[in-house]
Amino acid sequence: MSAFPPVPIVFKVNGTTRRLLTAPRRLLSDVLREDCGLTGVHVGCEHGVCGACTILLDGAPARACLIYAVQARDHEVTTVEAFSAGGELSVVQQALHEEHGLQCGFCTPGIVVTMEAWLNEHPDPTDAEIRDALSGNLCRCTGYHNIVAAVAKAAARRRGGDAT
Amino acid sequence: MKPARFAYEAPATLEGVLQSLAAAGQGAKLIAGGQSLAPMLNMRLARPDRLIDINALSDLGEIRRAGDRLEIGALVRHDGLGRSELARRHCPLLARAAETIGHYAIRKRGTLGGSLAHADPAAQLPLVALALDAEMDICSVRGLRSVAARDFFLSIFSTVLEPDELLVRVTVPIASAGEGWGFRLFNRRAGDFAIVAVAATLSRGSDGKIARLRLALGGIGPVPVRVEHLVPNPGTEQPSPHWSTQVSQIAADSVEIEENDRTPAAFRRELVAALTREALDDAMGRAAGATS
Repeated sequence: MSAFPPVPIVFKVNGTTRRLLTAPRRLLSDVLREDCGLTGVHVGCEHGVCGACTILLDGAPARACLIYAVQARDHEVTTVEAFSAGGELSVVQQALHEEHGLQCGFCTPGIVVTMEAWLNEHPDPTDAEIRDALSGNLCRCTGYHNIVAAVAKAAARRRGGDAT
Repeated sequence: MKPARFAYEAPATLEGVLQSLAAAGQGAKLIAGGQSLAPMLNMRLARPDRLIDINALSDLGEIRRAGDRLEIGALVRHDGLGRSELARRHCPLLARAAETIGHYAIRKRGTLGGSLAHADPAAQLPLVALALDAEMDICSVRGLRSVAARDFFLSIFSTVLEPDELLVRVTVPIASAGEGWGFRLFNRRAGDFAIVAVAATLSRGSDGKIARLRLALGGIGPVPVRVEHLVPNPGTEQPSPHWSTQVSQIAADSVEIEENDRTPAAFRRELVAALTREALDDAMGRAAGATS
């Protein structure tokens, strides 16, 4: 038997209370995917570099691979699934779609989650600020131009502008 | 990229953390934001038996002014430090440096205490703590002690913290009236650790001469270093237009730079000259009493 048995945790994921058993060493990214079925949490590098697994922990973006699931006990986690829960794309997702801001799509969930949080705090960003904010999410397909355009468009729409 | 097994606890009080640390001995590691430790665990560069999580100690997440110092809790996140009105007003160099760390999601999670205790030789916060003469308040079941930043960093990833100790708070003297500051770093990609970073503050007297200069360099050796003593008598004459060029060249020529595999020392010496000049120019431009 392991000297480090699974421990019970209760936490909230996308508004739903979850109770599960997890060994302390399990990454939150793995628990979200494997135990909660939230496969929108993409696992790329597992050491905090690529940004694909970014989720919100109590509303703040965080790498799910740099948090152990036990640390989420009594906290609130939001994954990309929450942003289109009603079947409608979020403003950021819609803008990424329109601007062709993704190709293979692997990095996209991390970008959506990061930008949803970032635009709340930076409603009227410049392109340079958008590029800086995106620097923590590696995309190897698009070359970023279309992602920047999509975020700018989403920012304008969220402000109530018509950005078409 | 999965960590080895460990036991985990998250005490609700400082007392609880200190007792756990004292009981656990060498095999335990404290975890706060985990932005440096978790990658090391995931890559199994570190394999502690036990993680003691301090994220529940919300008292350590506060910034307050106490007389002529700012008291900054060890759990203050980089993003919070960069946005803090108190920090921006009273320790603008520190707030600015925090804004340059990693990426948005990293800054939301990473902590001041974690960065200082991790002691990466190229990290921003150890450099700025040294430049600003910060004091580290350190707790254990044995009591509280304060260590000056100058004495805190021993070597790469190594500090004076004992296994049973927790860095709880950093106190930083607030910027004096009219003090200018500069912070410059060079890296190859946004969010990477700096190859070289420079922090400077300076104050000018009513005669325009430099009354006080602090200059610190990171990325050149195992710990950040203060180098203003290498600059001969900055206050003896009115700075000329070439002052920052001269001072930065003297600093770059005389400072010891450790060779490493990744970036030649000669290149980093050029970076020291260039970044120091820019940081000094920034500081001069921000200082009261600038005449030019």
